[in-house]
Amino acid sequence: MEASTEAARLPVKTNTWDRVRGYIGEYGLIALLLVMPVVYGIQDLSDDGSLARLGNNVVDGLSNGAIWALVALGYTLVYGIIELINFAHGEVFMIGSLVSAGLFGTLGLTAATGVPGLVLGLLVTLVLAMIASGALNVMIERVAYRPLRSAPKLAPLITAVGFSFILQNVGILWIGGSPEGIPDLINAQKELFNIGGVSVSQGDVLAVAATIPLVLLLTTFIAQSRLGRAMRATAQDPEAARLMGINVDTTISLTFLLGGIMAGAAGLIYALYQTTIWYFQGFQAGLIAFTAAVMGGIGNLKGAVLGGFIIGIIQQISDNRIGGEWTPAIVFSYLVLIMVFRPSGLLGEETREAG
Amino acid sequence: MTKTAAALRRPGVKTDTRTLVALAAGLVVTLWMADQIEMDLFMAFVLWVLVAVRTIFHENKAALTGTLVALAVWAIVLPFFQDSGGGFLEDATQALALTVMALGLNIIVGFAGLLDLGYVAFYALGALTAGWFMSGFFSSAGGGEGFSLLVGEPASNLPGVHFNFLLVIIVAVVVTTIAGMLIGLPTLRLRGDYIAIVTLAFGEIVGRLVINGDQIVFFGQKITNGRQGITPVDKIDLPFLEPFTGLELRPWYWVALALVAVVLFVNYRLRDSRLGRAWIALREDEVAAASMGVPLVKTKLLAYGTGAAFGGIAGVFLGSYLNTVNADQFQFSFSIFILAMVILGGLGSIEGVVLGAVVLSFINFNLIPDVFNDYPSKVGLDFDLTELSFGIFGFLLVIMMVLRPEGLIPERRRKLELTEGIGAGDTALGGGETIEEVRA
Repeated sequence: MEASTEAARLPVKTNTWDRVRGYIGEYGLIALLLVMPVVYGIQDLSDDGSLARLGNNVVDGLSNGAIWALVALGYTLVYGIIELINFAHGEVFMIGSLVSAGLFGTLGLTAATGVPGLVLGLLVTLVLAMIASGALNVMIERVAYRPLRSAPKLAPLITAVGFSFILQNVGILWIGGSPEGIPDLINAQKELFNIGGVSVSQGDVLAVAATIPLVLLLTTFIAQSRLGRAMRATAQDPEAARLMGINVDTTISLTFLLGGIMAGAAGLIYALYQTTIWYFQGFQAGLIAFTAAVMGGIGNLKGAVLGGFIIGIIQQISDNRIGGEWTPAIVFSYLVLIMVFRPSGLLGEETREAG
Repeated sequence: MTKTAAALRRPGVKTDTRTLVALAAGLVVTLWMADQIEMDLFMAFVLWVLVAVRTIFHENKAALTGTLVALAVWAIVLPFFQDSGGGFLEDATQALALTVMALGLNIIVGFAGLLDLGYVAFYALGALTAGWFMSGFFSSAGGGEGFSLLVGEPASNLPGVHFNFLLVIIVAVVVTTIAGMLIGLPTLRLRGDYIAIVTLAFGEIVGRLVINGDQIVFFGQKITNGRQGITPVDKIDLPFLEPFTGLELRPWYWVALALVAVVLFVNYRLRDSRLGRAWIALREDEVAAASMGVPLVKTKLLAYGTGAAFGGIAGVFLGSYLNTVNADQFQFSFSIFILAMVILGGLGSIEGVVLGAVVLSFINFNLIPDVFNDYPSKVGLDFDLTELSFGIFGFLLVIMMVLRPEGLIPERRRKLELTEGIGAGDTALGGGETIEEVRA
C-alpha cells in the first residue's frame, strides 16, 4: 500500500497537464489559504495605505486560533490512534468552559480580584477544568466507543453524534438556552501594546501564552515519555503493540484523557477571552477545530496547531470583512475543498481513510 | 455460529411465553399512548390486533399479506375516527411527511451505507422549491400580476409564481436529485467518517445560504427570506378536489399517506432490484463490490440522488402544510432527528424505518411537549423538557447503537453485519478482520 502510493508519486509526469495537476496538488491548498489575506491586504493598502487592519485581523485570528489549536489536538490525537472522529469533542470543550465559569463563581473571582489571587485562582480553575474535561472524554470513550470498537465504522460515529447532543443538553440544563455573559477577569480587550496601528490586547497575549507551553508539554510527553511511546506504537499498529505488551485499552483511554485535558484548557481560555459562554459554542468550535485538524493533516500534532492558527486567521478575516453570519459557510467550504482535493492536509501523510 | 444458524431457522408460529408477555405489555402501552396522544382507542386496539397477528403468524404468507392490506385500510380510514381539525391528525400528517424523509435517508445510510449527516439540505431545497413556485415570493413575476400554472382560485389571481402542487413536486425531485448527486460527487473518493463530515459541511452550507439568502440578490430578487421565512405558501390544489384548507386536515393526511405509499413502493422495488443489491454489496465491502463489477460512481450517486429526491418531495409537502419556509427549520439537529428515526427502526429495514419515523415524530411533536413536559416539575426539577428533546434523541442514538444496533425491526442481513464483530474481543481494532464464514 505504502509502496504503491510512493510509486504513484514518482515523477513520471510527461505532459504539461500532468505537471500542472501536480503543482495544484502540491501548492493548491497553500494558494487557497493565501487568497483571503492577500486580497484584503491589497484592498487595505489601496484604501488606507497601511496593513494595520489586516494586522489586527491576524492578531485576533491568532488568539482565536490558539483555542482552536488546542481543541484540534484532541481530534488529531484520537483520530491518529483509533481513526475515529470524536464528534463529541467540541462539547467536551464547551463543558470545560462551563466548568471554568462555574469555578469563577465558586472561587469568588471577579474583575476586581488582585493579581496574585487571580493568578492562583485561574491556575486552580485551569487544573480543575482540565481534569473535568479529561475525565469526561475518557468516560465517553468507555461508554460510547469502546463497546463498538470492532463494529462497522458507522456505529461509533453515530454514538459520537448522540453524545454530542446529550452534552449540549447538559449545557442547556446547566446555564440555560441562551448565551451567558461572565465577568471579564483579565480585562481581555485592554490594549497591552501597539505596533504600527496593530493593537495587541491582554486577551491575545493570554491565549497564545497559555497555549504554547501546553502544546510543548504535550508534544514532549508524546515524544519522550514511556506512555507517549506506547501511544505512538498503538497508532502505528495496535495488534503489534499489544503483542509487545502494551495495554492498548489503557493507551486509548490515555489518548482521550490528553485530548480532553487540552479541550478543558481551551475551554478556560475561551471563557476568559470571549467572556461569553453558550451551550452551542462547542458545536461550532468542534467543526472549526476539526477543519483545522484536517487542514494540518489529521493525526499530525504540529499540523493541528498550524491548522488551528490558519483557520483562526481565516475566521477572523471573514468575521471582520464579510460578516460573521457567513463565517461558518466559508470555513465549511474550506473543509470540503481540503477533504476533496487534499485529504492529507498540509503536513499529513496519505491516510487510509482517504486513499 | 450456532447462534446465527438458530436465528435463521425460525419456527412457523411464535407462541412462546416471551412473545405473549411482550404482546400483552404492548397492548397496555398502545392503549395508554393512544389515550395520551388523543388517538381513537378502538383504532389503537385494531392496530395492536394487526401487529399481534403478524407477530404470531410471522411465517405464514397469507397472514402476512392479510395484515399488510388490513394495515393499509386501517391507515386510510383512521382520519374518520379522529377530529378533522384536531391535534392528532396534525401530528399524524407531519409524521407521515417525515416518514418519507426517513425512507429517503434510509436509502443513503441504510442501503448504501453512506452516512449522510447533512440530509437537511434536501429538505431545505424541497421546501425552498415550494416557497419559490407556490407563493407570492417572486412578487415581480409576470409584471407584478403573478404567473400561475394549473392552479385554481384564489392563487391564480395573486402576485408571485403559483404552480400546481404536483408540478412543484416534479421540479423539486429534479432539483434535489441534482443537488444530491453534486453533494455526493466530492465524497466519492472518501470513505467512512470523512463522508459524514463532508455531507455535514454541505448541510451547514445550504442552511447558511438559506439563513443569509436575503442578502444574495440576483436581478433585484433575493433568493430566500432568511429567518423571516416565505409565507404564506399555497395550499395543495389537486384536480377534481376542493382546494385544501388549514382547518380540514383529513385531505392533507391522505396526501401524505399517498406519498408514503408511493415512496414505500419505490423503496421495496429498489431494494429488490439490481441497483438495490449493488447498494448492499457496496455497504458490506466496497472493494469486493468494485472487483465484482459494481460501478461505484454510478451506484453511489444514484443512492444520493434517490435519497435526496425523497427529501425534496417531503420538503415540498411540509412547505405547503406548515405554510412557511424559514431558515430555522433547516438546522443540523433536523438531520440528526431523521437519522435517529432510521437508527431506531433499523438501518436498511423499510418497515423499521416507518415505525421509527412515526414513533419519533409522535415523541417529538406530541409526547414531549404535551404529555411529559410537566413531569420534571412534578418531581421537583425545574426545566423545560421541550428544550431537551434532542438530548433525548442523542441518548436514544447511543443506547440503540450500543445495545441493539440492528434497530427495533432489524433487517436480517444487516443484523448479521452489525453484530458479528461485537463481543468478539474488546481490543480487536479495525474490525472486519475476523473470518466471516457465516455469510455463506
